[in-house]
Amino acid sequence: MSSTTTTGGARQSAAQAELSRRSHTPAQRVQHLLHGNQWLSPLVLLIVTIIVFSIVNPRFMQANSLSLLVQQTAVVAALALGQTLVILTAGIDLSCGAVCVLSMMIMASLAAKNGVPGPVALVIGIASGLLAGYINGLLVTRLNLPPFIVTLGTLSIFTAVALLYSGAESIQDNRLPDILNWTGNSFSIAGFRITNGVLLVVVMYAVVGFALSQTAWGRHLYAVGDDSESARLSGIASKRVLLSVYSVAGLIFGIGGWVLIGRSGGATPNAIPTGNLDSITAVVIGGTSLFGGRGGVVGTAIGALIVYAFTFGLSLAGVDQQYRILAVGVLVIVAVAIDQWIRKVKS
Amino acid sequence: MTVQDTESQERTSATGSPKAADGRTPVLQGKGLIKTFGRVIGLDGVDIELYPGEVLAVIGDNGAGKSTLIKCLSGAYTLDGGELSLDGNPVNFRRVQDARDAGIETVYQTLAVIPALDIASNLYLAREERRAGPLGSVLRMLDKGGMRDRASDAVQKLGIQTIQNMGQAVETLSGGQRQAVAVARAAAFGSKVVILDEPTAALGVKEGNAVLDMIKQLRDNGIPIILISHNMPHVWEVADRIHIQRLARRAGVITPQSHTMQEGVAIMTGAMTADGKDAKKIAAEEETL
Repeated sequence: MSSTTTTGGARQSAAQAELSRRSHTPAQRVQHLLHGNQWLSPLVLLIVTIIVFSIVNPRFMQANSLSLLVQQTAVVAALALGQTLVILTAGIDLSCGAVCVLSMMIMASLAAKNGVPGPVALVIGIASGLLAGYINGLLVTRLNLPPFIVTLGTLSIFTAVALLYSGAESIQDNRLPDILNWTGNSFSIAGFRITNGVLLVVVMYAVVGFALSQTAWGRHLYAVGDDSESARLSGIASKRVLLSVYSVAGLIFGIGGWVLIGRSGGATPNAIPTGNLDSITAVVIGGTSLFGGRGGVVGTAIGALIVYAFTFGLSLAGVDQQYRILAVGVLVIVAVAIDQWIRKVKS
Repeated sequence: MTVQDTESQERTSATGSPKAADGRTPVLQGKGLIKTFGRVIGLDGVDIELYPGEVLAVIGDNGAGKSTLIKCLSGAYTLDGGELSLDGNPVNFRRVQDARDAGIETVYQTLAVIPALDIASNLYLAREERRAGPLGSVLRMLDKGGMRDRASDAVQKLGIQTIQNMGQAVETLSGGQRQAVAVARAAAFGSKVVILDEPTAALGVKEGNAVLDMIKQLRDNGIPIILISHNMPHVWEVADRIHIQRLARRAGVITPQSHTMQEGVAIMTGAMTADGKDAKKIAAEEETL
């Protein structure tokens, strides 16, 4: 009896060894690696992009070019950070650029036209971003409307409110208090010029990255995005999590408005016309799944850098700007295709 | 000795209905439970008793009210009538969380595990533990290592050999392993009652047997279990008593010793009553009355 079991066991393990030897083709190994680290393929892409553009035009690798690239990326990177949180819950926020501009116009107008002290104007501006996000969250969770529709509507509403409130008028930085222009001030490290705005965005990424990976809130966010019904049955208050996500995203977009003032040297209603879609592009290229529950902020930061590296590199290479738009479009489709492939991973 | 005698008498009696002659209090008891959905009657005055240390199976045809019954017990539905008590104290569950807080854990047919999260995260979902000191209280950092160790203990306590790495994502597990994760979660936190809804339905023979072993292990650990199943051999193998649900009512309570599988199915479908009478004969008697 015991000998039968032993041979049976041995045969089984031999078969298992055969299976495990056979099942891991090189393609499957890559698939597994990417499955565990969604930010890996965007990182490879970013490195390739930088190498190619440096070969085309050596000026790309200079410290001041790279500093400029990072400064250009900062605002969209901030929008993409909030967008990542929303997309991780299998939602989408089309209104992020509008919220950012709304916050910016409120803080700038309050300070320049109504004589409100700078810090107070700043806090009210950022708080209005939080409120806008909270409204999005309420509409999604209380009225059970799809996030796409809610934020498509609020995109128009927040844009209109920003234009009506500011009279569609730009406010130059010389009319603004120092605190609102603070994000545009820069300092140098080893030849790299870094603005306070860039620093602020990096700090936001660190805080959100910590919250996602180290706190219960982060886990619940992933759980709700992956399978909201299972999350509910497991005892997670799904709607409360969603409401908090849209609110935090609004807060981040509001701070993004402050960064935008520093970046564009004043407050202009059409300062970032492509912000809504660029943020989604950055998130998707960064490996976060539009179906929710998968991805993270490191990938998003890399994704945002890729979008602007393309813009910057193609303009340095003297290529028509339309090719940049075309290239980014191709990237988005490739990124989603890779995401679909990774999702089919088997044990 | 007398206790055992009464118990065996009770088990072999035709109805198997619990008299609690030895004075045992049910862990979970429902009296005259009523649940309606609009004009549809889900539960029409159902009684149910779960005694300490037993496996109570609930069987019944589709639409007999099995799922409605367990959803009322687990807080997923709120009752329209009847009384529910836990350890003799009346309880009123408005949400799943209420039942969980009271010590009733449910393994749903869909399992309710999150594929993208690892095993330890799934076990501790919605009851995460934070680190000691300011890292936990101020920064709200999770105690990942601690949860992983305790998850490993919980899985081992059920004698599950196939799961080793608590950091493995649930989506990379087989159906049986996922079931094991869901059962381990319920077992780890279900201090009073564990409810299992069709735990073997989606599994192969080998994996199904592994789940049955897990159920026995869980009972031996002292947790009473309510098992909903369509699989009669499985029910007859692990159940101590069998609650038969038919047309929104309890058709009877039998034991694997008192009735055969065929008789159980006959009661379930209405061909026979729990006290052994042929349904046609009863109908004939009723007509003559």
